[in-house]
Amino acid sequence: MSFKTPSNLKYLNSHEWILIEGNTATVGITDYAQDSLGDVVYIELPDVGATFAAGAEFGVVESVKASSELYLPAGGTVVAVNEAVKERTELINTDPFGAGWMLKITLSGDMGALLDATAYAAYVDSIKH
Amino acid sequence: MSTQLLKTVLHGEHLRLNARMVEFGGWDMPVQYTGIIDEHRAVRERAGIFDVSHMGEFWVSGRDALAFLQHVTTADISQLGVGHAGYALFCRPDGGVVDDLFVYHIENERYLLVVNASNIAKDWDWIQSHVGTFAVTLHNASDTTALIALQGPHAEAQLATLVGDIAVTLPFHGVASATLAGHAVTLARTGYTGEDGFEIFSANSSAVAIWRALLAAGATPCGLGARDSLRFEPCLALYGHELNDDINPYEARVGWAVKLGKGTFVGSAALNRLKTDYTRRVVAFEVTGKGIARGSYAVHAVDGTPIGEVTTGMPSPTLGKPLGLALVARAYTAEGTEFDIIIRDKPVRAVVVKYPFYQSRYKK
Repeated sequence: MSFKTPSNLKYLNSHEWILIEGNTATVGITDYAQDSLGDVVYIELPDVGATFAAGAEFGVVESVKASSELYLPAGGTVVAVNEAVKERTELINTDPFGAGWMLKITLSGDMGALLDATAYAAYVDSIKH
Repeated sequence: MSTQLLKTVLHGEHLRLNARMVEFGGWDMPVQYTGIIDEHRAVRERAGIFDVSHMGEFWVSGRDALAFLQHVTTADISQLGVGHAGYALFCRPDGGVVDDLFVYHIENERYLLVVNASNIAKDWDWIQSHVGTFAVTLHNASDTTALIALQGPHAEAQLATLVGDIAVTLPFHGVASATLAGHAVTLARTGYTGEDGFEIFSANSSAVAIWRALLAAGATPCGLGARDSLRFEPCLALYGHELNDDINPYEARVGWAVKLGKGTFVGSAALNRLKTDYTRRVVAFEVTGKGIARGSYAVHAVDGTPIGEVTTGMPSPTLGKPLGLALVARAYTAEGTEFDIIIRDKPVRAVVVKYPFYQSRYKK
């Protein structure tokens, strides 16, 4: 099975993606992450206005079987939270890079250990069995 | 993968169905095929099949087979006529649970025991150590026996297309020989999902044909994820969670499987005392705050005093709520009692609710 890794995104090896557009960015979890978790049934996200360093834990996603902490690929301040995914958690499974987005942030300039799509795809290949 | 995992005879079938495989008790097993929630619903509403060939099968036969099983299990095996099965426990002399199991009375002086996969070696050593002067022969058939569970309200009708009327006439917890897709099987009306259903024992060499026949009859393949969520809702204890060597049957709420009236047996003296004198008990709870409880999370009284631990917790697929089982001090076991589950270092409120969450729907 191969997982989608859109080339316009950057990734953490904890399986979050970030779409950087100027001074702002959108964050979610990857196709591999949603597949590993299985059906997401619960998500905890921060409030608008919360500020995080790069790599900080910003929330948690839970499936029937597992819970997984969420880490922020870049430091910044939350300017929008996707309220739709809190109600319809299946969006994270069905469209992780689109309707399943989680946060929009304004970037502080503090960047995490970001991987490009090729490097992240290679990493996923190395851990999946 | 660093260690060599064991594979059941159906391993190739799981890969063919694109199952997600995980390590479970040393075995490479399917956790899900399409999704835990889909598979869970399939069993509650239709029928699902599970490969449980990793479980252990021991044969006990001989003149003293009954006396031996009366000695090493907590159940009253004398009440189990030929063709009937029952739930039992192995208990240590101090009352701790070595394992829980099903005992199938296959024919006169011949019984089949089915034990948890992760406990096969421990159980085998344990029963052998109690043979003493009993005239019994023990045989560990775990490696040569395949076991498929077919569970759900459509199980009877689906199975009847393959084995005929015996699927209809076999009583609750009955066991009998049958032929399925041309293969000799031992068919039992048992299972661990809270639904009507069957368990089908066969030789390893027959398992793939039986599995495929059941799929063709309409059963949904289900993994260990759904197996766990399905047994959790009717509060069926799982060894390693609600049961272990240091939890006694009364704490785990399986005291009904301990028949103190049958005479002395391994653990009976301690169990006689523990029946009224235990300090903790498994309770069913619903998380009323925000979060999902998981196994081994700490439980605190609302004043912060540690009172126990979550044994199993998950969002219930059938009931749509975050539920859990916890082993807590007896003072906190009444319905309506509030306590906190410590979820990622934060106390999250929960309340004790009616046990079990889901009423089993057996065909009795």
